[in-house]
Amino acid sequence: MKSAIIVFPGSNRDRDMIMALKTAVGRAPFQVWHGDTELPEVDLIVIPGGFSYGDYLRVGSMAAHSPIIREVRTHAEKGVHVLGICNGFQILTEADMLPGVLMRNSNLKFICKDVHLKVEQNKNPFLNKYDLFQVVRVPIAHRDGNYFADETTLDELEDGGRIALRYCGSDGDVNPAHNPNGSRRNIAGIFNKRGNILGMMPHPEDAVEGYFGGLGGKPLFEGLSSALGK
Amino acid sequence: MKAKIHVTLKNGVLDPQGKAVGHALRALGFDQFGEVRQGKYIEIDINDMTENAARHYAEAMCDKLLANTVIEDFDVEIEP
Amino acid sequence: MTAIKATLVAEHGITDDEYKTIIEILGREPNLTELGVFSVMWSEHCSYKSSKKWLKTLPTEAPWVICGPGENAGVVDIGDGQAVVFKMESHNHPSYIDPYQGAATGVGGILRDVFTMGARPISNLNALRFGNPNHPKTQHLVSGVVEGIGGYGNCVGVPTVGGECNFHSSYDGNVLVNAMTVGLAQTDKIFYSVAKGVGNSVVYVGSKTGRDGIHGATMASSEFNSDSEGKRPTVQVGDPFTEKLLIEACLELMATNTIIAIQDMGAAGLTSSSFEMASKGGLGVELNLDNVPARETGMTPYEFLLSESQERMLMILRTGQEKVAQKIFNKWELDFSVIGCLTDTGRMVIREKGEVVVDLPIDPLAQASPEYDRPWVKTKIQPVITPDEVPQPKSLIQTLKDLMGSPDLCSKRWIWEQYDYLVMGDTLQRPGGDAAVVRIQNTKKAIAITTDCTPRYCLADPVEGGKQAVAEAWRNLTAVGAQPLAITDNLNFGNPERPEIMGQFVGAIEGIREACTVLNFPVVSGNVSLYNETNGVAILPTPTIGGVGLLADHTKSVGIGFTSEGETIYLLGESKGHLGQSLYLREVEDREEGMPPQVDLVAERVIGDLVRAQIQKDVISACHDISDGGLLIACAEMALASMIGIVFADLDNSTPAHAYLFGEEQGRYLVTCKDPGSFLLSLKEVEVPVKIIGQTGGNTIDIAGESISLLELKEVHESWFPNLMSK
Repeated sequence: MKSAIIVFPGSNRDRDMIMALKTAVGRAPFQVWHGDTELPEVDLIVIPGGFSYGDYLRVGSMAAHSPIIREVRTHAEKGVHVLGICNGFQILTEADMLPGVLMRNSNLKFICKDVHLKVEQNKNPFLNKYDLFQVVRVPIAHRDGNYFADETTLDELEDGGRIALRYCGSDGDVNPAHNPNGSRRNIAGIFNKRGNILGMMPHPEDAVEGYFGGLGGKPLFEGLSSALGK
Repeated sequence: MKAKIHVTLKNGVLDPQGKAVGHALRALGFDQFGEVRQGKYIEIDINDMTENAARHYAEAMCDKLLANTVIEDFDVEIEP
Repeated sequence: MTAIKATLVAEHGITDDEYKTIIEILGREPNLTELGVFSVMWSEHCSYKSSKKWLKTLPTEAPWVICGPGENAGVVDIGDGQAVVFKMESHNHPSYIDPYQGAATGVGGILRDVFTMGARPISNLNALRFGNPNHPKTQHLVSGVVEGIGGYGNCVGVPTVGGECNFHSSYDGNVLVNAMTVGLAQTDKIFYSVAKGVGNSVVYVGSKTGRDGIHGATMASSEFNSDSEGKRPTVQVGDPFTEKLLIEACLELMATNTIIAIQDMGAAGLTSSSFEMASKGGLGVELNLDNVPARETGMTPYEFLLSESQERMLMILRTGQEKVAQKIFNKWELDFSVIGCLTDTGRMVIREKGEVVVDLPIDPLAQASPEYDRPWVKTKIQPVITPDEVPQPKSLIQTLKDLMGSPDLCSKRWIWEQYDYLVMGDTLQRPGGDAAVVRIQNTKKAIAITTDCTPRYCLADPVEGGKQAVAEAWRNLTAVGAQPLAITDNLNFGNPERPEIMGQFVGAIEGIREACTVLNFPVVSGNVSLYNETNGVAILPTPTIGGVGLLADHTKSVGIGFTSEGETIYLLGESKGHLGQSLYLREVEDREEGMPPQVDLVAERVIGDLVRAQIQKDVISACHDISDGGLLIACAEMALASMIGIVFADLDNSTPAHAYLFGEEQGRYLVTCKDPGSFLLSLKEVEVPVKIIGQTGGNTIDIAGESISLLELKEVHESWFPNLMSK
C-alpha cells in the first residue's frame, strides 16, 4: 500500500503515524508539505493529529482552507481513501468532507487517556480486521473531540451505517458514563457517504506496538494494507 | 475602514465554556443573570472601499473561514 | 544623556556599590538604556551573584558528561553517537501573577534551552508546589498552571511524561513551577553559544519583539509584596505554535553547516544573549536595532533590549550562509533578520537610527559581574522523634485511607491526564510510576527521567534534605532498571540576604554535593530561583532535582504494578520506624517536627546497584521505592497500579506497627520476582537487609486483621484532586 501523510505547520503526530505505518504496513508514507499543490499517486492519504496553525481561530479551520486540502478532496472524489485522525478529523469536518464539527470537550480540558471503542461497522477497508462490535482499547489525546451534528445529520449517519466507532466501557456498553468528551451519541469516528473517508478522534497510531498503549490500533493499519495494498 | 465581527454559537448548540463562565460568576455572588454564551470578536482593517462592499467582503470572510456555520452565527459591523 | 538619579538606580535593583563599579568601568555614568541592560545582566536571575560561590562546589564531571553547567543545558553521552540534553528551570513568579501564561512560557523557555543545543526535545516534566489546598487562590493557581503547561506542551507536540505536585502553606504566596525538558542529539552535532569569527553575522530568528515582560528577570529577583499582583503587564504571552515552527526550523538549519553559535533569548532578551555570546568568544558585537523585527511601533531602545518576547533566538552564522538559513526560516514562516555582526573591538555597541545608544566594554563588565559571599547561619538540628512519642492510630486501614486521600499522596491523575504524555509514540512508562521511561527511536535504548525533592526534610535539615532529593532521584531511576547518569538542579529558596535562608541554601548544596559525589551522579545544568518570599514569609527550601538515567535494553524495565498473583513481596533496606518529618506525623498528628530520615549513601548504592542488576537480569517483576508515606503507602500504590491485592505477613513486634508501616527511612525498595530463586541467591553476595512483607493476590489489602477493598481505596486515592478542583 502506498500512502501519503500531509504535514501542516503545527502537525505533531506525523512522526507517530509514520512509525505506525512503517511498523504495521512495512512501508513509510510520502510526506507532503502543506504548501505543496500536488499529491503523489497513493492508495491512502493520512491527515495526522496535532495543532495545525496552532488551532487558532477554530480547530482545523485554517488547514481546511490550504491548497493541499483541495488536492486531497479531488483525490477522495476519485475514490482514494482518506484517514483523518484527531486534528485530521477536525480538518475534514471544517473542509466539509465529513459532516458535523468537533467542539471543545464537555469538561473544557485536554484529555489524554486510554478509552474503549466499539467497532460499529467493519465492512470497509479501514476496520475490516476488527470483528463487528469488537471492543478495542486505544488512547485519546485532545481538547476538542466533542462531536456535534444536528439530529437529522446524526440520524443519517446512523441509518447509512456511517458511524465507525463509539466510545464504550470495557464490556462494550455504550452509555454517557463512558463518553470522555461529550460527543453526541458517543461518536468517536465517522465515514463519509461513499465510505472512503474515515475521521476519528482516538489515536490508533499510538497503539501498534505492544510495549505501551496495547495493540488496539494495529488491525486498522493491517486492514488498510490488505484491502488497498497492491 | 474597520470590520468588527462577532462570532457566536447558534442557539441550541451547547456552549460548555459559556456554562462554565456562568457557573464561575454565580460562585462570585453574581446572580442577576440568565444564560451566558461565549463568542469571539475579530477586528479587521479593510482597504478602502464602499461601506457596502466592505460589509460583503467581511461577510465572505466569515462564510469562508471566520465562522463555522454548522454551529456559529456571525454579525458584521463596519466602522468607516 | 539622561542624568541618572539614585532612585532610578535603586528601581533597577542595582546597589550603590554595583553602580560605583559600573561608573568605574565605563568612566562615565551609564545612560538609561545601559542602566536597563545592567539591571538585567546583574540581576540575581542572570548573574547568580548570591549562589555562584556555592554552585562552583558541585561535582559536574564524569566520563559520560559532554557538557556541564554554563551552557543552555547539560549534555550527557548515551552511546552510539547519541546524547541527551536536559535542564530544569523555574518560572515561579510569572506563574503566580498569571498562572496560565507564566507556566506556559516556562515550558517554552526550557524547550528552547534544549533545542538551542541541537537536540530534539523528547520529554517534558514539571515539579509543582502550591499553597494550602484550602487557600482561596490555590484552586485557581493549580488550574491555570496545569492548563498552561498542557496548553504549551501539547501544542508543540512534546510529551509531558512525569513530574510531581505537593501542597504546603509556605507556598501560598509563591507557587513553584519548575519545568524540565530532555532532548536527544547527535554527539557530533551539539551547538554552543560561543561566538567565533570577526565579521560573522548576528541573526535574529523567530517571533517579533513586543513590549512583553519588560523587567521579568528583575521581577524574578525581588521579593513579592502585596502590589505584585498589579504587575501583570510584565508577564509574557506564549505562542506554542511559533515555538513548534521554531523547533523544526532550527533543527533543519542545524543539519546544514551554517551555524557557529546559537542562544535562546531567554529571560533577559536580546541584551544578555548577545552579551553572553560575545563574552564567551572574547569578541565584540555590533547590533542595529532598526533591523530587529518589531511587533509594536514606537519601541525605544530600552524596550527592544529588555523585551522578553518569547520564541526568539539569536544565532551567529558563517559568513555567506545567510541565504541558506533565510530560506529555511521563510519556509517555516518565521522572522529572520541580520541585526549585526561580530567585531574585534571587545565592545557591545548598539545603534538605533544611526545613533549609538549603548556602548559597553564586554570583558571588564563580565569580569566585574557581582559575586557575593552572603552571610549565613547553619540550620539548627531538630531532635529525633521516637515511635513511642507518637500515638498509635486506632485503625491501620483507616490511616492508610486517610493518607492515600491526602493532598501529597493522592493520585495526580487530574493533572497528568491534561498532558499529552503519548505524542511522539515513545512513552514506555506513563505518569504515575517511579520514573518515566521514554524509548530512543530505532534503538533498544530508553531513558528514564524523574523529578524529586522533599521540601519538609530540607527545612528541618537542609544538608540531609539536599542529599535525600538526589538520592531519591537516583532511587527512582534505579527502580525502573535504569543506570542513573546525571542531574539538573532547580534550587528554589527565599531571600538570600537573610542569613538563615542563605544557610538553607549552603546546606542543601552541601547535601547535593555529597550525594552526587558518592552516587557518581554529577550536576550538568541547573537554575537558581531566590527571593521566593511574600511579606517576609519564605517557601520551604526546595532544591528540585531532575534525574536522567539510561536503559540499555528497554524491554528490561519494570513498573510499580504487580504483574501476577501469588508472588512474594520483599522489602529491601532497613526499617527502624522513623516518624520525624513523616507525612504520617503531619497528616495524622498535625505535627511538622523532628529530624528527617538520614540518607546512608553507601548503603543506598549497594542496595540500588543490586536492584538494578536484578531488573536488568529479568529476575524482578515489579519494583517501587519507598518514599513519602512509608512502607504501607508504597505497597498500596503497587496494588492500585495493578489492581492486585496484598495479604500481609504477620507484623513482628520489634517496631510499633505505625512506625514500621508509615516511617520514612530512606534507601528502601519493594520488589516482587519472576525468579525468586535467582533473587535470593543474589542477596547472598551483598549485605542488604531483606524481609518478606507478604504475598500478592486477591482484590483487597489485608493487614493485621483488617482489610480494605482495592476499589474503595482507589476511590479515596483518585477523588481528592477532582474534589478540590470542582469546589
